[in-house]
Amino acid sequence: MNLLVAQAQTIEAPEIDYGAIAPLLIVLGAACVSVLLEALLPKHQRWAVQLVLTLVTLVGAVGALIVYATSERPEQGVATLAGAIAVDSPALFLWATLLVLGFGSVLLIADRSVEPGGAFVAQAAIRPGTVQDRAQATKTGMQTEVFPLTLFALGGMMTFVASNDLLTMFIALEVLSLPLYLLCGLARRRRLLSQEAAVKYFLLGAFASAFFLYGVALLYGYAGSVKLSAIATAAGGTDRSDTLLFAGFGLLVVGLLFKAAVGPFHAWTPDVYQGAPTPVTAFMAACTKVAAFGGILRVLTVAFENTQWEWRGVLYGVAVVSMVIGAILGLTQTDVKRMIAYSSVAHAGFLLIGSIALTPEGDAPGVSATMFYLLAYGFTTIAAFGIVSLVRNSDGEATHLSQWAGLAKRSPIVAAVFTFLLLALAGIPLTSGFIGKFVVFSAAIEAGLTPLVVIALVASAVAAFFYLRVIVLMYFSDPAPDGPTVTVPGAFTTIAITLGAVVTLVLGLWPTFVLDWAGTGSFLS
Amino acid sequence: MTWVLIALLVVPLVGALVVAFLRKDDKKAKLVALAFSLVELVLAVLLWAAYDPDGDRIQLAAGVDWIPAFGVRLQFGIDGIALVMIAVIALLIPLVIGAGWTEKLPAGRSQGGYLSLILIQEAVTVAVFAATDVFLFYVLFEVMLIPMYFLIGGYGGARRQYAAVKFFLYSFLGGLIMLASAIGAYAMASDELGKGTFDWATLVKVVSDADSTTQTWLFLGFFLAFAIKAPLVPFHTWLPDAAAEAPIGVTVIVVGILDKVGTFGMLRYLLPMFPEASKNLAPLVLVLAVAGVLYGSLLATGQRDMKRFLAYVSIAHFGFIALGIFSFTSQAGVGSVSYMLNHSISTGMLILVVGMVIARGGSSLIADYGGMSKVAPLLAGMLLLSGLTTLSLPGTNSFVSEFLVLIGSFPTQPVFTIIATVGMVLAALYVLWLYQRIMTGPLRGDALVGAAAGPGAVGDPEKKTTIGDLNKREIAVLAPLVVIVLALGFYPQPVLDVITPTVGATLTEVGVTDPVTVQEGK
Repeated sequence: MNLLVAQAQTIEAPEIDYGAIAPLLIVLGAACVSVLLEALLPKHQRWAVQLVLTLVTLVGAVGALIVYATSERPEQGVATLAGAIAVDSPALFLWATLLVLGFGSVLLIADRSVEPGGAFVAQAAIRPGTVQDRAQATKTGMQTEVFPLTLFALGGMMTFVASNDLLTMFIALEVLSLPLYLLCGLARRRRLLSQEAAVKYFLLGAFASAFFLYGVALLYGYAGSVKLSAIATAAGGTDRSDTLLFAGFGLLVVGLLFKAAVGPFHAWTPDVYQGAPTPVTAFMAACTKVAAFGGILRVLTVAFENTQWEWRGVLYGVAVVSMVIGAILGLTQTDVKRMIAYSSVAHAGFLLIGSIALTPEGDAPGVSATMFYLLAYGFTTIAAFGIVSLVRNSDGEATHLSQWAGLAKRSPIVAAVFTFLLLALAGIPLTSGFIGKFVVFSAAIEAGLTPLVVIALVASAVAAFFYLRVIVLMYFSDPAPDGPTVTVPGAFTTIAITLGAVVTLVLGLWPTFVLDWAGTGSFLS
Repeated sequence: MTWVLIALLVVPLVGALVVAFLRKDDKKAKLVALAFSLVELVLAVLLWAAYDPDGDRIQLAAGVDWIPAFGVRLQFGIDGIALVMIAVIALLIPLVIGAGWTEKLPAGRSQGGYLSLILIQEAVTVAVFAATDVFLFYVLFEVMLIPMYFLIGGYGGARRQYAAVKFFLYSFLGGLIMLASAIGAYAMASDELGKGTFDWATLVKVVSDADSTTQTWLFLGFFLAFAIKAPLVPFHTWLPDAAAEAPIGVTVIVVGILDKVGTFGMLRYLLPMFPEASKNLAPLVLVLAVAGVLYGSLLATGQRDMKRFLAYVSIAHFGFIALGIFSFTSQAGVGSVSYMLNHSISTGMLILVVGMVIARGGSSLIADYGGMSKVAPLLAGMLLLSGLTTLSLPGTNSFVSEFLVLIGSFPTQPVFTIIATVGMVLAALYVLWLYQRIMTGPLRGDALVGAAAGPGAVGDPEKKTTIGDLNKREIAVLAPLVVIVLALGFYPQPVLDVITPTVGATLTEVGVTDPVTVQEGK
């Protein structure tokens, strides 16, 4: 008994810098409140209340972030919660990116004008194809659990990019993944496809989590700690077994690359992107990418920077494979969502180039470049999926490319905006996509990765072909007589698309502000 | 006078915006677009007057910071070569608008959209020549593709989609490889100066001192972009498709203007930035150049389609231009630059005249025509004159430049020069044969006398009566070109005065001296 008391006294509550983690607390706290609301409110009130709560939460979290970022804070960042969370300049940048992209995604999720009742099913538990399922197709309600799930996922992502030890990172990975698996299965139309996507994502995601966890275990065996800085110290010069280090590193990175949809760990991407409700696809494509690459950047630069010569070759190869898969398989796609999925695999390759751009002197010019790329890519993607959700026929979204023929004749504005976004994805100058590619490639050349950059440029040119193909279809082909119509979007979708397109343009013309901000500090080590 | 250059960039953009709002009213759109393009022409004349041939290397410079993090500036300025190219753009655009006045656009397309794109193309192309920041140059080099992509893809012929995508992808790939080289040069500058910059003059200083391996790699990146753009054989295959599918006015812009960005880039970027590599790799470029002369000439002779014919003629001419540039003598250099100008004028005129032929017959196949001079003697005369200036008959503008290229190249590259001379002979063959087939003999051909002439052809027996000679509008379009062709043929001095100092400065940057002057020194 005495022993227990004595032990209890030695454990001290860790100091918590509430100001630093306020945005995280707000998001996760609101997610909990949101779950309660779901249980307590009558059905007809839920949608409005949940939406307001979610949007207010995101705005509030951004506000807290701005207050903290502009206040007097340690320049190299702080580690709080007993060193589990590191709030440094990159973490703040990534948080802001996640929150703003999350805001755009929530707008798409909330839209109920494009599809009456929203893109989400009224009762997910009903088996597809049954009488009840056909009955609910006409109902205008939706599962409002979507909002708390989104908030939890977002909270997980924010924790993920700020995790200072691998165990926290693993928990965050699960917190962000589980809601996403669920969200994927909630599509109102094509329910079987949607549920297939959810199961596929879940199974493969569970595998990847296992890989990640195994990697963590091996690294713990190697370094005697799960802290990133401790791994770096251990790898800095010891006679411990390199096998443990590199096996652990390999498994860990496989888990991370899976989440980031980097080829050859991309197999889930096209199916899930296609099957998930389009707003969720937008959310995954934008925010999950930010979170996964945020984590990759932190792990590589903090824990494995001094062993870069051992692993750089491997990730070099992975980046090449990812770009080639994305660019070449993208050419063969006939579905818009699958095409954007493969394009995201190619983009993941470009992002990986930025992530491994470490110089021998220990600088990481790629960090700020990659973060800029993530921000730019996220906005473009959200707007692109917003447009995909508008082009519909009687079966829901008309995602087959042939149905997009001649779209410019019927809806010149939608076609023009989508063209602009495709040009941004292709990396044409005067769009944010180009500046993103430029900063990443500059960083890579600075870090001595010139051959990789040349491969990336060729891959960009190949990828440009399938973006152009859509433009050709929209502008230069004659419309099919029974082609889809373009729904006039409601306020939410309009705002989301406008936001994405305007940011894509503004970052293409005046990127300085964001570039400076992305380059202000480095990871806390 | 800096404002003139800025105005040259802004005026077409404003015009494009205004015209874009006139999509409902074709006639008004055409008038407004023409007015803006004429204002641009006046500005170009002012620019010419403001340029001092004996002044600084880059004149009328103006700029603001764009992306300070990378030392990127919106920096514009002109040298003699850029001046000449900007002037010829400003000259050709009103003529293109005038020539296309009654052209029918594909169903559902408006003149407002078409002319708006033409004016955007004009603004961006002027900006490409005026940019003196390498990053800015790259950006404009790629942006230049977008309006052209829509012009070909939206307003072209049957295979326009294929042609537009091919055009875009070729140039885009070249541009991306150039971007890698530009970033490489930037990285060198930031190593050496401690702060990165894309300023052209600074990069020239930094990169031209690099070791020859580095220079070779960077050179190849830029060269690929310019060789695709110019186009040199074997990177030329996009041009015949683009030229054949584009509407005639757009063909003038592609062949007459856009292609010049390639040779301009060689003079402005390749030679000064990578002098060592330029000298080492000159044989490679010369082989491609001479191959282009022969290949282009032979294929031009064998073409059945007039628009493809024009594309191959241009490929041959670009061979001559590249030959002059990489011979590294001031005569050949001046010849090449004046060739760039004269090619725009002569080939531009030839394309416009061919366009008038096609507008009458409704077909671009040579076999569909014959004996047209019987019904359209003035048109026949114009085709002959534009053909003769294309084959560089003495007394026309092209003769001066082709002669300068050959005489200037001979001292340093006698073998290549002799082979290229064969191209002149072939030029006489393909031009005169074209004229003979279309204009001479009895009136014949499906396009002119209707379906009776051949099985399976769709023709209109009434057509014979509808084919007339040049109307007043067409005469007004061609008259300025006739004047310029003859004027520059007999008195090229004003142009040569402007470009000679710039070419001299470029060759000084490469560090070569004229073998001709050396011989005189002996």
